Amino acid sequence: MTNTSPGHTHQIDSETGKMGMWLFLFTELFLFGGLFLAYAVLRNTHSEGFHKAAAELDIFIGTINTVVLLMSSMTVAMSITALQKDNKRLAIRLLLATIFLAGVFMVNKYFEWSHKFEHHLWPGSEVYLNLERSEITFYGLYYMMTGLHALHVIIGAILLVVTIFRIKAGVQHSGHYVLLENSALYWHLVDLIWIFLFPLLYLIT
Amino acid sequence: MGKQDTYSHISYLEHKGRFKGIMSWLTSTDHKKIGLMYLYAIVVFFFVAAVLGVLMRIEKMNPGPDIMDAQTYNGIFTLHGVIMIFIVVIPGIAAVFGNFFLPIMIGAKDVAFPKLNLFSWYVYIIGAILGVLSQFAGDGPPDTGWTFYVPYAANSSTNVIFALTAAFVLGFSSILTGLNFIVTIHRLRAPGMTFFKMPLFPWSLYATAWIQILATPIVGITLLMVIAERVLHIGFFDPALGGDPLLFQHLFWIYSHPAVYVMILPAMGVVTEIFPTFSQKPVFGYGAIAISSLAIAVVGYFVWGHHMFTTGISYWSRWFFSFLTFIVAVPSAIKVFNWISTMYGGSIQMRPPLLYAISFIFLFLIGGFTGLTLGALATNVHVHDTSFVVAHFHYIIFGGMGFAFFAAMHYWFPKIYGRMYSDKMAYIAWGILFVGFNVLYFPLFILGLQGMPRRYFDYLPEYHNGHLISSIGAFITFTGLILMIGNLIYHRRRGVVAPSNPYQGVTLEWQIESPPTHENFETIPVIQNPPYLFKKTEK
Repeated sequence: MTNTSPGHTHQIDSETGKMGMWLFLFTELFLFGGLFLAYAVLRNTHSEGFHKAAAELDIFIGTINTVVLLMSSMTVAMSITALQKDNKRLAIRLLLATIFLAGVFMVNKYFEWSHKFEHHLWPGSEVYLNLERSEITFYGLYYMMTGLHALHVIIGAILLVVTIFRIKAGVQHSGHYVLLENSALYWHLVDLIWIFLFPLLYLIT
Repeated sequence: MGKQDTYSHISYLEHKGRFKGIMSWLTSTDHKKIGLMYLYAIVVFFFVAAVLGVLMRIEKMNPGPDIMDAQTYNGIFTLHGVIMIFIVVIPGIAAVFGNFFLPIMIGAKDVAFPKLNLFSWYVYIIGAILGVLSQFAGDGPPDTGWTFYVPYAANSSTNVIFALTAAFVLGFSSILTGLNFIVTIHRLRAPGMTFFKMPLFPWSLYATAWIQILATPIVGITLLMVIAERVLHIGFFDPALGGDPLLFQHLFWIYSHPAVYVMILPAMGVVTEIFPTFSQKPVFGYGAIAISSLAIAVVGYFVWGHHMFTTGISYWSRWFFSFLTFIVAVPSAIKVFNWISTMYGGSIQMRPPLLYAISFIFLFLIGGFTGLTLGALATNVHVHDTSFVVAHFHYIIFGGMGFAFFAAMHYWFPKIYGRMYSDKMAYIAWGILFVGFNVLYFPLFILGLQGMPRRYFDYLPEYHNGHLISSIGAFITFTGLILMIGNLIYHRRRGVVAPSNPYQGVTLEWQIESPPTHENFETIPVIQNPPYLFKKTEK
């Protein structure tokens, strides 16, 4: 196989673009990997506190959010298929649905966090610092992991918004949709990480 | 002598983009201009940190406080470390010469993502500014050392957050550069250039880039965790909050040991280009050098524990890490043998780049062997955290990566600027630098063996002689550096016009004009032969 030699074209060809994205996703996995490692180590030393604190989390909201994210992954995948079939309107609608679901996720997260804040349970608060050390560690991890994940949800949603504008402008179309594919890949990562966060934080008690 | 341009083509330096003057640089996505922007930033920061280093040596000339107090000294060695490691050495060769020459050497017109390339330069600059700001903003210069060990980094009242953020941002820039290089190498090689027809500098960049993207995120999250610990009192590492301080050291060194290979692998790549050119002989053991780069990258990932032999980690893990540390020395040694064999029987032309490359081997060997002293369990306990360690990693980083960087500057200077520097001046500067370097760092080995701890601003009178000699070496080294850089800066515009191939090199960068045109190649070359085929040696 001979390579064409871009750098001379303005558009990055789709293979190249996707490869860059996959490498970036690796780095994201390693970023969260550090936190998962910390989780494993700290859980090992503080298993009882983790058990107690995890029982306090709201499994109902967590489950809803898992379903929401899974559905959003489906809509974004469907959006690609729609654009491949040249159905621009449907592709955009499906992206809007994905962004809506991201919004639902964030609202749920907001309620979940603010519920904790009502109980004065934020990092550094008096109630928080008076907990057992091991519970503090759990809540610390909980806030850090879900917080970083929420940040990724926001970035992913912004990417999807940009993609919608690019589709509207006709830059992304059935012949060239690397941006849509890349934003979708990123979105699947956001979903994937949640799939691991959910059982680790909510279900193992 | 030729004071005007005699080349007829329009080089990338004169290329007219959308903007003029400085903006034509700051908005350029040309990999060559971005490489040079990295170069200028790195040289400036290098001198800032070098001055800090000289200040430390002045302080240590005599026992007792001379020009600063202990706390200032802590701040200075921290800033010296942060700048040198994160701003100068880690981007170093890859960001400057990798950016400039990787696309040219594989026959491409630019990197795979030119805009991302420019973006990562800006990220780098933001990180660098944050690093410098940490000295002035907030509650005084950070005093944790560049390693940010927790719990002290979580509790120190100084401005640690800025330094942590700076390192995080710089890491992000490094990731993006690595990502760009991997995709470039996979996607943009000229037709016919298989992986094993690729020159060895791109090979070393390839191995480096994998380390950059696989290891840097881990230090990224670790630094974020320390920030969270300071700001939000989340207890990851601080035992007072329920955390585990050893966990920090593990996470930190999982990145920061491979980072050593991010520094040294491109340096090895540079000298691998230089030896064949100045011996007019194909590189000896092409495959071995290429694969050993990957081997270093892989094994180097699993040796981080040798920074923690005295922390009480288990006997078996110490055994394991020590063993792997010895293993990782093997591919480095393979390279050294190959370089020597490349020169053996060649028609050697002793020009400044080769001189720097040979001194690279010499200094790297000293650094490498003392590395084994540190990697062995029993001796490590004896010299751990002494100035022996300081001497060791300065031999590797400054003597290795630094001298390779200087070699690269002299080797590719005619290609970058289309001018020649003064060889005579380069020899003189090299002589001063080489002598100064050894006078500066060698006494630290001996002081370390005698028990002089690192990072101390004061010492007992019996260490006085060694410290005095070392400080004198610092001045000699600094003089050499000024002369060397001065020679290059002076001849950047005033030097004799360089031919397109002044050193009879055979890799692709020597087949195009000096300086290259905006798009490097009129037509993309088709590659048939392996690299390093010299006419004289073809039989």
